[in-house]
Amino acid sequence: MGKNFEDIIKKAEKYRIKYNNTFRDKIIEDMHQQISTTLADVIQYRETNDFLGKIEKYVDLFLTSRIGGILVLTIMLSIVLWITLSGAGYISSLLGSFFEYIESGLRKIFHFLKIPELITSFLIDVVYKSVAIVVAVMLPPMTIFFPLFTFLEDLGLLPRIALNMDKIFKSVGAHGNQSLTMMVGFGCNAAGVVSTRIIKSPKERLIAILTNNFMPCNGRWPLLIMISTIFLAPLISSSSNPLVGSLIASTALVLSVFVGLVFTLIISLGLSKFLKSLGSFYILEIPPFRKPNFLRILYTSVIDRTVFVLARAVYMAIPAGIFVWTINQLNLSQNITNTLDPFGKLFGLDGTIILSYIIALPANEIVIPALLMLYTGSKNFVEIEQLQSIYQILTVYGNWDWKTGICVMLFSILHNPCTTTILTIYKETQSLKWTIIATVLPLITAFSTLFIVYNLLLKHISFL
Amino acid sequence: MKKECENCQIIKNIKNYTKIDYTIGLVGNPNVGKSTLFNYLTGMNVRVGNWPGKTVSKIEGFFEFKTPNNKYVFKIIDLPGVYSIFSFTPEEEVTRNFLFLGSYDIALIVLDATNLEKNLILVFQTFEITSKVILTLNLIDEAKRKGIIIDIEKLESKLKVPIIPIIASTGYNTDLLIYRALEIIQGKITITPAKYNQPPELEQIIEELKQEILEYYPELQNHPALKWITLRILEGDKFIIEMIRKKAIKINSYQNTKTKLPDLLII
Repeated sequence: MGKNFEDIIKKAEKYRIKYNNTFRDKIIEDMHQQISTTLADVIQYRETNDFLGKIEKYVDLFLTSRIGGILVLTIMLSIVLWITLSGAGYISSLLGSFFEYIESGLRKIFHFLKIPELITSFLIDVVYKSVAIVVAVMLPPMTIFFPLFTFLEDLGLLPRIALNMDKIFKSVGAHGNQSLTMMVGFGCNAAGVVSTRIIKSPKERLIAILTNNFMPCNGRWPLLIMISTIFLAPLISSSSNPLVGSLIASTALVLSVFVGLVFTLIISLGLSKFLKSLGSFYILEIPPFRKPNFLRILYTSVIDRTVFVLARAVYMAIPAGIFVWTINQLNLSQNITNTLDPFGKLFGLDGTIILSYIIALPANEIVIPALLMLYTGSKNFVEIEQLQSIYQILTVYGNWDWKTGICVMLFSILHNPCTTTILTIYKETQSLKWTIIATVLPLITAFSTLFIVYNLLLKHISFL
Repeated sequence: MKKECENCQIIKNIKNYTKIDYTIGLVGNPNVGKSTLFNYLTGMNVRVGNWPGKTVSKIEGFFEFKTPNNKYVFKIIDLPGVYSIFSFTPEEEVTRNFLFLGSYDIALIVLDATNLEKNLILVFQTFEITSKVILTLNLIDEAKRKGIIIDIEKLESKLKVPIIPIIASTGYNTDLLIYRALEIIQGKITITPAKYNQPPELEQIIEELKQEILEYYPELQNHPALKWITLRILEGDKFIIEMIRKKAIKINSYQNTKTKLPDLLII
């Protein structure tokens, strides 16, 4: 009866190809035009005497302007990082002595119970120490950073910044909302990948997924914070003033975020040239300024972020600790790191750093503990909860200097996503091809960038 | 304007009702006060988040509306907030499928008076799917504070759908809104929402395809969303294509509302 339906479908497809899939663009464009004509003589704007409203308008104008927005973003990020860095030290040393206290107590109990040396060493040096390092290194910056970040989010500042960034993202063929997914990526790249659902068009969404990894997630923040504090801050300031030091360290961190941003933009531009487009329209909404709800801020930052992230880190650190301990016990670690050494040296890294990153594949959080255990052979642990002793381990055992610090920071920002993120990417894209690209692309970017930066630049600087 | 139904009354939190008379679907952009209106009408206290990754769902509530001569039990469904229904996101899909396939007596679109322009995409798209609509302009107090003056009558005449200004947080004018919705549902007011035109060359293609679809599936003849269905097929929307291939559109749901018309005798 009647018309064959498949013919209709074929005809539709023919039209789609003829118009190069631009129906959506046409419709959206046309719709906007009709909306403007509809509203043309319907809405009037009148000057109001509302003082607050006026201030809000001017603040908005400033924040959403190109220069104002970037200025405020940079200053805010610097302030947040600076408060984090100068505050984290105090909490860190408090936690350090707390863990020492517990450890000596544990040793006494183990000794009293006459537990064999091997088991004591396994339980205390591996299991307990892994947990202690992760907590001591990660908890302090997180307890300060996340409430501050949530505060900015709650204030309504972040959406304004997204609007501002839209102009930049559009120019590289990406979506304005990508800046929001990148901010989620600051917290966790896997969450950032999931949040790309707010980007409606497939092409722009794929770009956002593939580049989210260039935003350092909080598994990487502690490492970045640590290296910038102990290697870069003393490099420039010889003064013992901790405030100056943390100011320099936070500048370094802001710079590393910008490195991530620049790479995001470059890679986005490249990808948008390769991918086919399906038109999309989107609305970036600016919520009214709100009075932040402090209880909610504490809840979201402490429960949702800190505890969740820390629990994952601890959970991943124990098996990694056991792995490192085992290869140390079997005297294998020397062989492995020596084999990897020449490769690492090409990029200003070393074999131990490469091995640490391989071990840390499931979670970036465990790079620091893995590094320390590999360098010290995980037997003779010093008090590594303190930044000063970490510095000693890295310089004495690892032969690190500020160049290594910069290389590791760069690698940390650019390298491949963790397995959780990779799995999430697979879930979201449902494509093995894009998952592999999402994994390999950052890795290639990281190694090629390091190769250039190290061999052409860092190698030749010698003022220290 | 308010005098129209002086003795009308919204009764929240109803517990005992034997049957639901009418169903309202609550549609709108995120953060326009949809849930505020929903909570005001039902006396419930629902907070709907719309962050990405959240499970998308719709929430239902009930209230009673008393007119001098009668009383009606309304079911109201709070749909996820969306900017459009192009159906890229799960939220859009839920809202779109509700509008296209769900059973409701009227779609109530909540507009944000402080930011009308961005609301209208959804309005025009909803008009394409159904003609059982009413618009409400929320946050008129906020708009006034910001010096935004909206000529509601002019907008009404352009969109050809009643627009009722309300303040959802205080419930101001909500009784008139429900009264007007009732008038539309009962056919006291007939509505033909303004259709927006596609670009001319696209119109031509749509018309051509539309005729062929009708040849295949003649029952769609009087379906209000026929043009929209055609456009979806043109765009290759798999879900809609399957529905048409299987001829699975509930034609009767629209005729049903028409058969409900005699109800207006009650008023």
